[in-house]
Amino acid sequence: MMYEGAVQDLIDELGRLPGVGPKSAQRIAFYLLASEQVDVERLASTLIRVKNDVKFCSICGNVSESEQCRICTDTRRDPTIICVVEEPKDVLAVERTREFRGRYHVLGGAISPIDGVGPDDLRIRELLVRLRDGVVTELILATDPNLEGEATATYLARMINPMGLTVTRLASGLPVGGDLEYADEVTLGRAFSGRRRVD
Amino acid sequence: MPLYRDEAVVLRVQKLGEADRIVTLLTRKHGRVRAVGKGVRRTTSKFGASLEPGSHIEVQLHSRMPDGAHPPGSQRGLDLVTQTESLGAYGAQLASDYSRWTAVSAICETTERLTEEGEPALRLYLLIVGALRALVERVHPSGLILDAFLIRAMSNAGWEPALTECAKCSAPGPHTAFNVPAGGAMCENCRPTGSARPQRESVELMVALLGGDWTAADASNEPARRETSGLVAAHLQWHLERGLRSLPLVDRS
Repeated sequence: MMYEGAVQDLIDELGRLPGVGPKSAQRIAFYLLASEQVDVERLASTLIRVKNDVKFCSICGNVSESEQCRICTDTRRDPTIICVVEEPKDVLAVERTREFRGRYHVLGGAISPIDGVGPDDLRIRELLVRLRDGVVTELILATDPNLEGEATATYLARMINPMGLTVTRLASGLPVGGDLEYADEVTLGRAFSGRRRVD
Repeated sequence: MPLYRDEAVVLRVQKLGEADRIVTLLTRKHGRVRAVGKGVRRTTSKFGASLEPGSHIEVQLHSRMPDGAHPPGSQRGLDLVTQTESLGAYGAQLASDYSRWTAVSAICETTERLTEEGEPALRLYLLIVGALRALVERVHPSGLILDAFLIRAMSNAGWEPALTECAKCSAPGPHTAFNVPAGGAMCENCRPTGSARPQRESVELMVALLGGDWTAADASNEPARRETSGLVAAHLQWHLERGLRSLPLVDRS
């Protein structure tokens, strides 16, 4: 059974969102119908504002409300180190560690030939332009620890190593809080190859 | 809801929800199967790297269909991956070599396109396992392994190109013309206009790759390898009636 007019339109629009099925869309629609007018108007204006005001930083590709993001304009950040990540949400993940004080470069995805995504579809050319002025001395490849991420890191390292920069890759190995017996051979193998001296 | 076990090669992975993945597997006994791996993308996932493209695994799946409704894996719904054990993490070993990894992507995409859900394809399964193992062992150039896989996979699908005789009149070769829509090498009498004129070495290389003559294939020259790649890709995509996304991105340097 279909609802009438605006209610069905809202369910259809919500159903187009990732991870929202028809049942969830219906539940959200009726929640919104029952909500206060002011709450719904705030949600609607936020949606319009995020589309109108948020753009991508012209330097690093992170989401930003101005031409350049807060990290790229922050003079206290170390301009000699760039951390390369796949998506803007990865910037937030690294920032939460409070370990990294350099700058970022967001690629906008990872190389995935099976999905038709090649090096030209990512912001690799923009990264090479950033490295040209000689300020950057180290590049940290923080792409996802899956095969697309590994292959993207391999591709970048192959391109950038001849430029004489220090290219590093995030360590991978055993997760904190896990049991050794449940680690798969690839993860355990990487943990062995990346072991470090205990003083 | 039956549980079943099988050996499989992971062909493709797609993100699902927050931390899940849909994995496309080519299993030894149940053909192509699509299944959900719950929580695969979490760092603490018990599946680890086993559900990555190119992995050769032993897998336990939970079929969502009631007992007896369909044989496991034969329906179009998604099964559930409940357990995996690695038999060879080929994909993970190849990700550090960009050229070989792009070849793995093309091999996996071709296999996915040549198989049907729930229809066993044992010869193709053995072929992909052999190709992945050969890429890891690095005994031959990755481009040759890829082309050998493609030409043999086509042969398995019933689209073997005619190489030693005319595709139309079966006159014994060698012939100098090659026409993809007509099915391969062609004699001067049957040759349609616009047919390619490959080097003799290129056709010989295709014969070697099809027959598994690696001594001859390894001894081939670079121009013949390039031309062979083009002919094999054209022949495959003609029969598939659609381009492969990964083939133009294969790094043959």
